[in-house]
Amino acid sequence: MALIEVRNVYKIFGTGRALDTALDMAQTGAEKNDVLVETGCTLGLKDVSLSVERGEIFVVMGLSGSGKSTLIRHINRLIDPTTGQILVDGRDVLEFSTEELLAFRRGAVSMVFQRFALFPHLTVIENVGYGLEVQGVEPAERRRRAMRWIEDVGLIGYENAYPAQLSGGMQQRVGLSRALCTDPEILLMDEPFSALDPLIRKQMQEHLIALQRDLKKTIVFITHDLDEALKLGDDVAILKDGVIDQIGGPEEILLNPATEYVREFVRDVKRGRVVTAASIMTPPKGDANGPTVSYDTVLQDMLPKCIDSDAPLRVVDEAGAVVGAVSRRTLLRGLADHGVKK
Amino acid sequence: MMNFIRGLFPEWAVEWPKNLNLPLNKWTNDFVEWLVTEYGVIFETASDAILVVLVGMERFLRDLPWVVVFLGVGALTFFSSGRKWGLTALVAACMFFIGLTDPRLWDLSMMTLSVMLVSTLICIGVGVPVGIAISRNDRMRDMVLPALDLMQTMPSFVYLIPAIMLFGLGAVPAVFATVIYAIPPVIRLTDLGIRLVDEDIVEASDAMGASKRQKLIRVQIPMALPNIMQGVNQTTMMALAMVVIASMIGTRGLGTEVLIGLQQLNVGRALEAGVAIVLLAIVMDRVTQAYGGRFIRMDGRG
Repeated sequence: MALIEVRNVYKIFGTGRALDTALDMAQTGAEKNDVLVETGCTLGLKDVSLSVERGEIFVVMGLSGSGKSTLIRHINRLIDPTTGQILVDGRDVLEFSTEELLAFRRGAVSMVFQRFALFPHLTVIENVGYGLEVQGVEPAERRRRAMRWIEDVGLIGYENAYPAQLSGGMQQRVGLSRALCTDPEILLMDEPFSALDPLIRKQMQEHLIALQRDLKKTIVFITHDLDEALKLGDDVAILKDGVIDQIGGPEEILLNPATEYVREFVRDVKRGRVVTAASIMTPPKGDANGPTVSYDTVLQDMLPKCIDSDAPLRVVDEAGAVVGAVSRRTLLRGLADHGVKK
Repeated sequence: MMNFIRGLFPEWAVEWPKNLNLPLNKWTNDFVEWLVTEYGVIFETASDAILVVLVGMERFLRDLPWVVVFLGVGALTFFSSGRKWGLTALVAACMFFIGLTDPRLWDLSMMTLSVMLVSTLICIGVGVPVGIAISRNDRMRDMVLPALDLMQTMPSFVYLIPAIMLFGLGAVPAVFATVIYAIPPVIRLTDLGIRLVDEDIVEASDAMGASKRQKLIRVQIPMALPNIMQGVNQTTMMALAMVVIASMIGTRGLGTEVLIGLQQLNVGRALEAGVAIVLLAIVMDRVTQAYGGRFIRMDGRG
């Protein structure tokens, strides 16, 4: 069973009878705008279901107002759904008592915020150790464990600085180590890199990928940037007006967009970074002298070999058996989104 | 013309009917009388307690060599302002001038200061918790805020008199009246300060699993401190403004000098005391501001 299960969650912002009417409308298929005009209530999420597997990065992609920040806050119950079910590790989060909820937030799950949300009156090390402080961990032990994460994100020497003295990228590294310091199983990241400069953002993405290779956390990652979604996500959900348009692996979303909205989005994506050899290869030919590439190599990484070799590349699976061929023409077609079908 | 207009209406609509009179006057008097006879003991006990603190504080400040008080205030300003020499010099100059205007004024200033300090401490002790409570509860806030407006607009003589009936003459009713007059800013600014704490940051604390108490003590109050200190500053200033009025009910201090000066048409004497009050105000203002400023600088927003 998946670690996080969100089942048929509706979230409507409103009160009283208007809320009931709005829920009825949403459940019978009305759209966000109609609900707002009719009842004055904002439809945040409409019939959202998804499951996040243990150890994966699950990206929720959507533009502002799509409900993605609302969705992620349901997982640690910073927001309660209007109806629906949220299971984490088989336990219904909505059934938690106050104490159970605090314990859940202290141990199992932590969060990274778009605007960092560091405590401005606490030093870096106090910020990182805040989760442990809340748990009642002794100061010396807290320092020791906080230092380990400060070191990990490369902020040694800044542990006694205040957040305002750090750059945006450094602040978010503090935010990340604060979230990791309690060693949670689940990491909720609400547009963590959106407020950063492009170069810093790229560094942080790579840092996260490297970190995830070691830690194997379960990460729910929110972004409005499709490139970021496809780069980081094992699975990607596209959210629009509180409704999930599509859930799938990056390549699947790119190659088989489920709706016009998704198609519109993927049009500008650099395909060479996402599409793999397996998606474009033709059946193997007898040609035995072409260089080999693994079936999960992205097109961009196949370019050098393809340029150097006149013979088609041979695509091999994990066992080393040849499963397909990619000629220069096939590769160009793949990069140009011309005649590629999965 | 006016007669014509008056002629259009029946008699009861022209002059306010004599029997259409809410007996608020009598009710209040009865209530105060009842309070004094039934609960006099409680008020007396409270009065005694406040008096003990007040007298202790006054004796302490007056018995201390003036040089010690002078240097103490200077050091307090210096360190709480983050080692600003200019500010310290200003505060020290003000302190020095209080004595320089007239040596008698030093002791009187210490009396006024002790009434002010006790009042301000009570204001903080009551006001900060009330401010915290109304920041968490909108309905309670809707009830408390109009009461604060009332306390600030009601002429202070109106509650000075029942205060005398309940606490007797002297410094205690003065403290009572001062607290009523001066407590609103600290309540308002505590409430505001806590409400202004960045929602993201409160959310971050929640997401870590902090309890309400942990969140309040570790995040909300520290972040609201610049505002709370601003409230304390306002409260101190308003407390000082009550000094002259409080002298009318027998509180000794700088206000007494102003009052005597006026009664004897001794303008010079009143002015000297008035100047001393202003100097004391500047000192209190700078010291509390400097203390509040410390928190603003620490989080890098100042």
